[in-house]
Amino acid sequence: MAKRTFSIGGVHPHDSKISRSCAIEPLAIPQTVYISVAQHIGAPAKPVVAVGDKVKVGEVLAEPGGFVSAFIHSSVSGTVKSIAPRADLAGNPQMTIEIAVEGDEWAEGIDTSDTLVTEIPEDGKQILEKIRLGGVVGLGGATFPTHVKLSPPPGSKCEMLIINGCECEPYLTSDFRTLLEKGEQVVVGAALIKQVLGGVPCTIGIEENKPEAIAHINEVIEKLKKVSPKYEGISVLSLKKRYPQGGEKQLIDAVMHRQVPSGGLPISVGAVVQNVATALAVYDAVQKNKPIVDNSVTVTGECFPAQANLLVRVGTPLRFIIDSLGGVPENAVKIISGGPMMGKAVANLDAATLKGTSALLFLTAEQTARKAPSACIRCGRCAEACPMGLEPFLLNRLWKAGDNEKLEANAVADCIECGCCLYSCPANIPLLDMIRMAKADVMKIIRARAAAAKAAAEATKK
Amino acid sequence: MSQTIIWTIVILTVLGLLLSLVLYLVAQRFKVVEDPRIDEVEKVMPGANCGGCGFAGCRAFAEAAVRAPNLDNNYCPVGGNEVMGKVAAILGYEVKAKAPEVAVVRCNGTCSVRPRTSNYDGYPSCKVKAALYTGDTGCSFGCLGCGDCVEACQFGAISMNPETGLPVVDEAKCTACGACSRACPKGLIEIRPKGPRGMRVWVSCRNQDKGPAAKKACASACIGCGICAKTCTHDAIVVENNIAYIDPAKCKLCRECEAMCPTGAIHGINFPKPLDKEGIKARVQERQKKAREAAAAAAAKPSEETNEKEDK
Repeated sequence: MAKRTFSIGGVHPHDSKISRSCAIEPLAIPQTVYISVAQHIGAPAKPVVAVGDKVKVGEVLAEPGGFVSAFIHSSVSGTVKSIAPRADLAGNPQMTIEIAVEGDEWAEGIDTSDTLVTEIPEDGKQILEKIRLGGVVGLGGATFPTHVKLSPPPGSKCEMLIINGCECEPYLTSDFRTLLEKGEQVVVGAALIKQVLGGVPCTIGIEENKPEAIAHINEVIEKLKKVSPKYEGISVLSLKKRYPQGGEKQLIDAVMHRQVPSGGLPISVGAVVQNVATALAVYDAVQKNKPIVDNSVTVTGECFPAQANLLVRVGTPLRFIIDSLGGVPENAVKIISGGPMMGKAVANLDAATLKGTSALLFLTAEQTARKAPSACIRCGRCAEACPMGLEPFLLNRLWKAGDNEKLEANAVADCIECGCCLYSCPANIPLLDMIRMAKADVMKIIRARAAAAKAAAEATKK
Repeated sequence: MSQTIIWTIVILTVLGLLLSLVLYLVAQRFKVVEDPRIDEVEKVMPGANCGGCGFAGCRAFAEAAVRAPNLDNNYCPVGGNEVMGKVAAILGYEVKAKAPEVAVVRCNGTCSVRPRTSNYDGYPSCKVKAALYTGDTGCSFGCLGCGDCVEACQFGAISMNPETGLPVVDEAKCTACGACSRACPKGLIEIRPKGPRGMRVWVSCRNQDKGPAAKKACASACIGCGICAKTCTHDAIVVENNIAYIDPAKCKLCRECEAMCPTGAIHGINFPKPLDKEGIKARVQERQKKAREAAAAAAAKPSEETNEKEDK
């Protein structure tokens, strides 16, 4: 039987997983960490510590600043030095808590042992609360607060939990290593999320280029099934290798053969998707009382001599990570935080890691050089490659004409910014750059309209 | 044979007359009454359809101008006072002569004073670049140098200076339509009064970082030190959010602020004489010294109570 994958679009970049054999190693703790209060989608967290306070690892630094927001915990023990805006990796100022590290003392109640806790609590609400208190956010890239995602709006019903182990971005190997080294914890985490969602079936989607991970997780599931019936209904699905399979909507299509309608959420087709790293964070938060204080980061690139998968404390300066592995290679011209397709170029090495930082990738001039764009030849490759079924060439033209109405009608807001259009364009037209601009403009209009409608509805109520 | 020809002519003539009657009636029934002055106004407009007036082209402006009770809110920056005079004559309104304006770039972070911290190799557009990061220098407020303003200008009045990496406005061509100002994602271009004989002084920086940070990013940044505001005897300068701003309505073009600015962020152009920096500095310092002495003398005279206050 042909392996499953999503039904439209996608590209096949070389997977370049050169750091796949490097085990996850803990990185030394830097002397100072810089913990941003905006590490998730939604409202930034509100600091609850003051300058001069002593904190331990795992203590709350900031509280959620709204419904869609998350707790921020200290990743080190030490003294709060300052709470002030600091440039993030794009240079934008973000409120950041600076902590001078003293020792490595953990807060009480956190289980730092390696013992695997396999009992799944009965009460889903209690699990959810622990996830919330643990500051768990989606570690697949979007950093959406997990407890919000696991509380489906009334009226919608979850039919399947999908654990995303695709890691379809080239170069990235942190999820792969997590599956291999912490497979048990990931599966227990998946079972915990499953319990929150009312015991729905759970599929762990892994791409076929990670056969070791597929075999290992299958073994783990068999083993855990003997421990408790709570592990029934968890299965592994091997997926065809294709980018962007790790996109939430693409993965739902691949696993369930259901397509999320334009503008809709995954829950509207009965799916909840969580990343492998998120499942691990859920395990830590629920079974070990350990909030997100560290995450695994792949440091890689053909020009980088020391490949590594590191367990890095949140808020570690990027420069510290790179220096500990021998510094920036001479022929590297670009450093990317994340994968080569969707990651962001790093403009500021003094920026610190966030919960969602997945990789640091070094690229040479030949690898990153853009070719000069030429005229569109209407070959339609971008439309073929778009996994959301959009027509990038059309959106590009509409953006140039400034036609926001037609952009909206052509669903520019559905763009997931995966970059397949730009990757496949033979004329090297910067489609993604333009569509991203167009999407931002249209989203602004949509939001303004929603706000106006809300205000009008409230006015009529009165 | 001849009868066929006659009948053809008769039928077609009658048919033509009938249809023209129908057309006439329809035209009367669905007549769109339009003020003939709209056409007249449109005729005197520059016809650039640049949108500088805030309307979607010259026709839209003409419609709005005819509808409006006066011309206070309708002004064509491209045509200036000349065109507005004609418009006013057609409409029978009065028009207040407006001082001519010009686009002014509020960044002087040239390549030599603003060191690069990264190289941008993405799509060369300021808007795209600004959405990705704060820019390839330490200054997150300064010019991005991709020339969106150049592209936006319909009059060919802006060009990039390859040496400084900053846009240059050609005063003769600039119509102050504001298209460049709207195109700049950093909001660096201000439409300012041209000033008498083109003479004007402005703060050529928008960096709102605190002094040391601004200075580190760019040697000629405004550091918000406030010396200019203290120097100005016309109350024309305000320092807000670590950035000074000179109100063109109050500025008397004395150039004292320009001479006193420690980073050279204040620019003055089109003056007949070059800036006598030392002379003005000496003059200002002398004046400030005298003012201090006068204040001290005034403080010494009254009771000790005020003296204490002064000390505090």
